[in-house]
Amino acid sequence: MLNDIFIKPFVDMFAAPDFLLQVLWEGLVSGILYALIALGFVLIYRSSRIFNFAQGIMVVFAALTLVGLHAMGVPAWVAVVLTLAVMFGLAVTIERVVLRPLVGQPDIILFMATIGITLFLIGLGEIIFGGENKVMITEQLGIPTGSVVLEPWGGLLILEQKDITAVIVAALLVVGLLLFLNKTRMGRAIRALGDDHQAALSVGISLQTIWVLVWFIAGIIALVTGVAWGARAGVSFALEVIAYKALPVLMLGGLESITGAIIGGLMIGMLEKLFEIYWGQPLLGGNTETWFAFVLALIVLLFRPQGLFGEKIIERV
Amino acid sequence: MLYRTAGQFKTSYEADQALFPVRQDAILLGVILAFAWVIFPLTASEFTFQTLLIPILIYALAAMGLNILTGYAGQLSLGTAAFMGVGAYACYKMVTIMPWMNPVVAIMLSGVFSAGVGVAFGIPSLRIKGFYLAIATLAAQFFLVWLFEKWAWLYNYNASGAIQVPNLEMFGVYVAGPQADSMVQYYVVLAIVSVMTMLCINLTRGNLGRTWKATRDVDIAAELIGINLMKSKLTAFMVSSYVVGVAGALFVFMWRGAAEPNLFDIPLSFRILFIAIIGGLGSILGNYLGAILIVGLPVVLGTLPAALGIPIASSTVEHINVMMVGGLIVFFLIIEPHGLAQLWRLIREKLIIWPFPH
Repeated sequence: MLNDIFIKPFVDMFAAPDFLLQVLWEGLVSGILYALIALGFVLIYRSSRIFNFAQGIMVVFAALTLVGLHAMGVPAWVAVVLTLAVMFGLAVTIERVVLRPLVGQPDIILFMATIGITLFLIGLGEIIFGGENKVMITEQLGIPTGSVVLEPWGGLLILEQKDITAVIVAALLVVGLLLFLNKTRMGRAIRALGDDHQAALSVGISLQTIWVLVWFIAGIIALVTGVAWGARAGVSFALEVIAYKALPVLMLGGLESITGAIIGGLMIGMLEKLFEIYWGQPLLGGNTETWFAFVLALIVLLFRPQGLFGEKIIERV
Repeated sequence: MLYRTAGQFKTSYEADQALFPVRQDAILLGVILAFAWVIFPLTASEFTFQTLLIPILIYALAAMGLNILTGYAGQLSLGTAAFMGVGAYACYKMVTIMPWMNPVVAIMLSGVFSAGVGVAFGIPSLRIKGFYLAIATLAAQFFLVWLFEKWAWLYNYNASGAIQVPNLEMFGVYVAGPQADSMVQYYVVLAIVSVMTMLCINLTRGNLGRTWKATRDVDIAAELIGINLMKSKLTAFMVSSYVVGVAGALFVFMWRGAAEPNLFDIPLSFRILFIAIIGGLGSILGNYLGAILIVGLPVVLGTLPAALGIPIASSTVEHINVMMVGGLIVFFLIIEPHGLAQLWRLIREKLIIWPFPH
């Protein structure tokens, strides 16, 4: 038993390093996607203290709109632009209809409201696009679909080109976002709002504009995530469950930290794959990916209640 | 006029602190209880029992359990369904290992197991707060559902991986299983839920309840006046999980008749959270109002198109249902963030002074 837990998995890892690399790569790619969803969460949480549960369904909704528009005969890139327009419309609607009347309510009420939005979008999406699994328009968007075969140490390592594309696009998106938040006027306004609502309002930052902007950026991130994940697994409402995977990422990284979201996402993506392959399947009957991330985050949180990179929680009475 | 309190004088602190300081409240409750115990069972059809009466009571009980934790003690939990599952599986194991056991006793005891599991998963709440804690309770949710699936002993190694409620007898009448009569089941559920409600009301009014409320409002201040936070939070987890576990056992044994692990998945948790929040956090009455809304609404929406003669495919109705529920949640949050219970409180205030505004 002890041998199976502490020694055998590591022996297996060293015996087949190419397989280990393959596992890590798979983990890295899903980790990137977790990180992207977590990024959407962090952005909204930082600027408005809303724990946006609807981020997952926004991913599905964006991907469905894109595929649906293309199926209606709209050229792929026009469809992308139109989808962005739809996401902008969604951001404005959510701000007007849901958030504005609820300004200043306790956190849990806003959280509930975003679950309400989630249900609404699930229903709406099923009525408009139908519930069946759809194929992402990977080729039409010019994403390469081949694969790169490497042979480290005489082994075999297969990297799908669409995964490589996803990693590169995600990296570009994160860099762009960081530049936007740190260097532009709008980005600084978003951060100011996150630091102190009233102070930000008093220097003339418009709450409404920023909220629409933030939700729109979250929509853009959702679209990128939707395309990347859809290229791997098809587009369906099952995608929504990956939103749950972003939650332990947030815990691990800290609710306010963009760096935390990315590092947390990569860590969880790789560790849960490792655990599943080397411990979960042989010892626990598999499918441990559903809870491993949560338990890991829980253990980390016991030692650092604000996550690895979150703002230190200072309590005053 | 109906609710006029003039002439009802309180001459002692006891009278002022009584369960029903206003006589009309007691009368109203009496009328509701008369409906629940006599009139509904006499008039309800099989369909009404199965789609409205029994589920409303069970959901209300589950929401009450959650409300103790979230509404009274201020610890947000997203893992309610998993604790219901613990109750259901514990009850199943007990009645299959000890078939001579009285089913009602088994149901009441099954809560003890979920209380234990609840305390174990409540330990992180001593360090973690707010949304971090909410996500931490999701660990319970996903881990326990996974366990229900993988631990074959829990479902007696049967091939389907689901638990099937056997025929259970009490005093010569079937109360659970395929042969049980709906009306009998309704009475069992009603009796258990009534007793638990009474228990919860008194717990939340008493010393323990005030400790929870202090913890919820400002926990550091509560600690300063000498409340042991660990005790307060863990008892909240314990009582809440007990109530939720009993609700879970009722859910499977008195209503569904069979259960697969994914029945206790996260949508059920959210459903119960909706009931607690739309009903009103920190209120017992609210759980019932929320359950009536959340359970009743889909039934009404489902029968409405057919009644109006509009031909809509049943799958579309389902989707419209989901959409409407989502929309209504947002709607109710906007008109009254403190829930239906607060709405009733406002109406009652108005009724007391009506028709004179002062």
